[in-house]
Amino acid sequence: MAGTLVVAELSEGKVKKATLSAITFAKQTGAPFAILAVGAGAAGAAKELTGFGAQKVITVDDASLAAYTVERFAPSVAKVAKDGGWDTVAVTATAFGKDLAPRLAVKLGAGYAPDISTVKIDGGKRAYRRSQYSGNALGWVEITTPVHVVSVRQTEFPAAEASGGASPVESAAKALDDAAAARVEFLKLETSKSERPDLGEARVVVSGGRALKEQFGQLLNPLADALGAAIGASRAACDAGYAPPEIQVGQTGRTVAPQLYFAIGISGAIQHIAGMKGAKTIVAINKDPDAPIFQISDYGLVADLFTAVPELLAELKAHS
Amino acid sequence: MKILVAVKRVADPENLNKIKLSAQGKIDTTGLEPKASPYDDYALEAALRLTENGTNTKARLGEVVVVTFGPKEAESMLRAMLGTGADRAIRVDATDDVLDGDLVARGLKALVDKEKPDLVLLGYQQVESESAQVGAQLAEYLGWPQVTFAGSIKSEDDRALVVGREVEGATAQLRATLPAVVTVLDKIVKPKSVQSKHTSATHAYPEGVRFAALMAIMAAKKKPLAEVKLAELAPDATLKVHYGAAELPPKRAAGVKVKDVKELVSKLKTEAKVI
Ligand SMILES: Cc1cc2nc3c(=O)[nH]c(=O)nc-3n(C[C@H](O)[C@H](O)[C@H](O)COP(=O)(O)OP(=O)(O)OC[C@H]3O[C@@H](n4cnc5c(N)ncnc54)[C@H](O)[C@@H]3O)c2cc1C
Ligand SMILES: Nc1ncnc2c1ncn2[C@@H]1O[C@H](COP(=O)(O)O)[C@@H](O)[C@H]1O
Repeated sequence: MAGTLVVAELSEGKVKKATLSAITFAKQTGAPFAILAVGAGAAGAAKELTGFGAQKVITVDDASLAAYTVERFAPSVAKVAKDGGWDTVAVTATAFGKDLAPRLAVKLGAGYAPDISTVKIDGGKRAYRRSQYSGNALGWVEITTPVHVVSVRQTEFPAAEASGGASPVESAAKALDDAAAARVEFLKLETSKSERPDLGEARVVVSGGRALKEQFGQLLNPLADALGAAIGASRAACDAGYAPPEIQVGQTGRTVAPQLYFAIGISGAIQHIAGMKGAKTIVAINKDPDAPIFQISDYGLVADLFTAVPELLAELKAHS
Repeated sequence: MKILVAVKRVADPENLNKIKLSAQGKIDTTGLEPKASPYDDYALEAALRLTENGTNTKARLGEVVVVTFGPKEAESMLRAMLGTGADRAIRVDATDDVLDGDLVARGLKALVDKEKPDLVLLGYQQVESESAQVGAQLAEYLGWPQVTFAGSIKSEDDRALVVGREVEGATAQLRATLPAVVTVLDKIVKPKSVQSKHTSATHAYPEGVRFAALMAIMAAKKKPLAEVKLAELAPDATLKVHYGAAELPPKRAAGVKVKDVKELVSKLKTEAKVI
């Protein structure tokens, strides 16, 4: 069946929101699509996926798929893709999807377009646009093989909204693991649970840099609370231990594209900008009027953050 | 342990915002100093840390081979890496326009079949392509386990590695039995991110990568640097993707400077309408 197989990303039996961006991609191509959920508990998660207009929702649910390792997951995805004759496989551009997709592409003899931000269809020919040169160029890539594998950047494709209807759910048998599966053992997942909105999904992100020092949390927590924001950080702030490593924004951290981004005491290094320049409105607070961050911010305030941040909080409260 | 490290020469990573576009939409990096992609430098540092005891960084307890697919000019990068501590270098003669990630992975597979390393280390992505694909593709071609986005590596006994794989908001700890493919993040060069079986558990490296001493650079001139033809490794040079004309992203115009917090909040409310 020509069309797209969307691979859902699951976490603890729930569908991760990045999946909805991959669904939007599938809809934009105009071709029919199916959604595949792989993992222990996939059958339960399938209920969350039936309302998006997919031709069907396919599940591969097996106790041996409790923790993700590509050597166990990729064979089942490849088998469902081949059996269904799907010409495009779309995954999330996350640590999950970007681990899975290249391996899958090789299994399918397919060309791979990583981390795409746009799809353009011209006379039946598709081109995918993607960030290159650390966000300083946009390349248009064409895939020359019959089957395409793509990973879809969440910040560039809006989350699909349920359109009603009920896609039929069918289950598929788990494929044989890769031989290499026996050589990878999942030991544990170390997470730090946060009550704040996820960085990738928050409408407002408040990020702090090295300049905040030990007062990082003390200054930014109340501000983020007032704005309903997620908190991010520069690598220098994470390296210095002022902020936990998971909240780093940038080339080696999270890519964010909120409506509103605050860069507080952040200089604006090229690697930081790579992760946040998709934000709609950027505010910078920095005491150095020549800080590079001001070159890309919509509103710049040259000030000492230790006085500006409390003032900002007071002003927000006064007007709420 | 024998480690193969894949390294790509790129235009100066700190100045990629200075690239230009030709009339045909070709990316022009003239004027930017070629360097190793930073994550590949980190992969080399990780390889060196895995093959020493931490205190005597001159005694290589294993072998580190660096390989690049690139033009003749890329040899100076390889020489520098030999000076830093790699034992041997291989240059597969090719230019970017005849390569895609899949072909590099196929070429690397053929090299691995010959060299038989215990571990292949790569940068998680190179800063020009931003593809993050070669490592995983190589692992599939080899039928080996892969751990991508590694922030830490501990070698238990040179037969298995415990690797911390960074995922959104969490770290997955995996044990991979060698041979395997691992791709690394910048976190890998933190003081305690890599521990070889020879290193004491309390050993801490200086943050970042090491630099070659002048003596070592001189000595490295004698280290072997081999050239291999791409066709010997990958007889089928068909590419699976093709890049057309590129674009420069819309420039974000520098906005306004506000005089104080009051003006900022008022503009966010009435002009940007985001709060
Ligand atoms: C391969 C590689 C990958 C990287 N990946 C990332 C990444 O993913 N994310 C990332 O963020 N960085 C990354 N970096 C690091 C990056 O290059 C910068 O070093 C880092 O972003 C700097 O963080 P910073 O702006 O907090 O610190 P600094 O550069 O030290 O800037 C601090 C800023 O605070 C201002 N300031 C100081 N005191 C005050 C005050 N009292 N009030 C107001 N302003 C004040 C200063 O004027 C300055 O502009 C990477 C680097 C490399 C080489
Ligand atoms: N031309 C090349 N020569 C050697 N290694 C490469 C080459 N291209 C990519 N690599 C390796 O693969 C990694 C990921 O690259 P990419 O998949 O292009 O983002 C790089 O960090 C290198 O380790």
